[in-house]
Amino acid sequence: MSDTELLTTPLNALHIELGARMVPFAGYSMPVQYKSGLMAEHQHTRQAAGLFDVSHMGQLKLIGADAAAALESLMPVDVQGLAEGKQRYGLLLNDEGGVIDDLMFFNQGNDTWFLIVNGACKLTDIAHIETHIGNRCQIVTLPTQGLLALQGPQAVTALSRLVPGVEKLVFMSGGSFAWNGAELFITRSGYTGEDGFEISVPGEHTEALARALLAQPEVKPIGLGARNSLRLEAGLCLYGNDIDSTTTPPEAALNWAIQKVRRSGGERAGGFPGAAKVLAQIDNPASLSKKRVGLIAKERVPVREPAVLENLDGQHVGHVTSGLLSPTLNQPIALAYVQPEYAQPGTEVFAMVRGKPVAMVVSPTPFLPPRYHRG
Amino acid sequence: MSIQFSKDHEWVNSADANAAVVGITVHAQDALGDVVFVDLPAVGATFAQGDVAGVVESVKAAADVYMPVSGEVVEVNEALRDDPSLANSDPMNAGWFFKVKLSAPAELDALMDEAAYNAFAASA
Repeated sequence: MSDTELLTTPLNALHIELGARMVPFAGYSMPVQYKSGLMAEHQHTRQAAGLFDVSHMGQLKLIGADAAAALESLMPVDVQGLAEGKQRYGLLLNDEGGVIDDLMFFNQGNDTWFLIVNGACKLTDIAHIETHIGNRCQIVTLPTQGLLALQGPQAVTALSRLVPGVEKLVFMSGGSFAWNGAELFITRSGYTGEDGFEISVPGEHTEALARALLAQPEVKPIGLGARNSLRLEAGLCLYGNDIDSTTTPPEAALNWAIQKVRRSGGERAGGFPGAAKVLAQIDNPASLSKKRVGLIAKERVPVREPAVLENLDGQHVGHVTSGLLSPTLNQPIALAYVQPEYAQPGTEVFAMVRGKPVAMVVSPTPFLPPRYHRG
Repeated sequence: MSIQFSKDHEWVNSADANAAVVGITVHAQDALGDVVFVDLPAVGATFAQGDVAGVVESVKAAADVYMPVSGEVVEVNEALRDDPSLANSDPMNAGWFFKVKLSAPAELDALMDEAAYNAFAASA
């Protein structure tokens, strides 16, 4: 795709003004880093507050009395039981139980469900939702809406100065707030492992809000490069790398996202695409042929996707799906799929890097303790 | 002027043909971002011009280091191995990668001078 065909977010002019290095991402021209660079941006987010433009992501609403049940028919998660004012992680599945996309959904009340989906998947997601449940609820896409993330231990200090009341939100809750004549929809959530917020803002107010946030002493702009290293330290999957249409939730170690009510014996067990396969995998974990794990290298050689993993005998046992040198741990970390007998924490495997084995140890994720504000 | 530049964004200072110094350019380190790892060749290894002699990595990317001139590696920068950020902070001096005993000094004639390289890098 040439530059001329790339879409831009409402912050495009601001990114350029701030000296960002722009790259194509999910069909958009997006900032991969600003002048201070990935490492400084990563550390600033862990220590203070980082502002991310995630306006390339898809925002949509499902509206109607049947919307919750309809959405639940596409995902293995408990939608109908989610309280008003709360947010939850969801997974759209195909008929083989593979992940079409991962998303966040929010119960806004009045039979209105707000969804945020991955930018690269949004058109196929919307088509999938329209095909399967378009006759059961109204689907309203929000293509001009901006989306900002403010992440880090000082995010609440900075945002509550501009938008009083957000400090009362807890992790995975949210609500509507007014700012300078704009209606913001703010959730306390994110993709970094830090406390923080995601702010849905009308496109015409997005730049003004971003400038107001950047004027706060705690806040600096953060690019996609640090977004990736932050999410990997937090052990969070990147769609397209760590999960895709060929991986099921149990293979991806995402069973935590499947509430009991949707599992075998639950009140609303099954009834989602691929249910027979997914539930059988949950009921019989020994049937899995691969499992997602975290890895930490024993030496300081960066290991990247798609590095092959071998055992001591040189046999292929898996491959890396995301890997980089953790700026916080100063050690290489990775997410990988391995054969189940290599999935136990403490197991040693060898990543092949330029023909040489790098010893890595299967490790629990997240790689850093999360610092979500649970209230 | 004894510093010349390759299209692969390495520089070579051939003031001493028995120990020509090789590193990556200011442009290369800027494009790569914060360097966190370097893989250096073994002392005594010989390479032809254009061979991969090492690796330089940032958090976001890995890049090969190509041999700008044929020869034998006579020394590597252990300080760079210990502190890869030298490739960012001082790429033309303290961030050097290795030294080469030139086996085909005539190859130098085909490399770029600083002005030609800067024009090349700006158009890349």
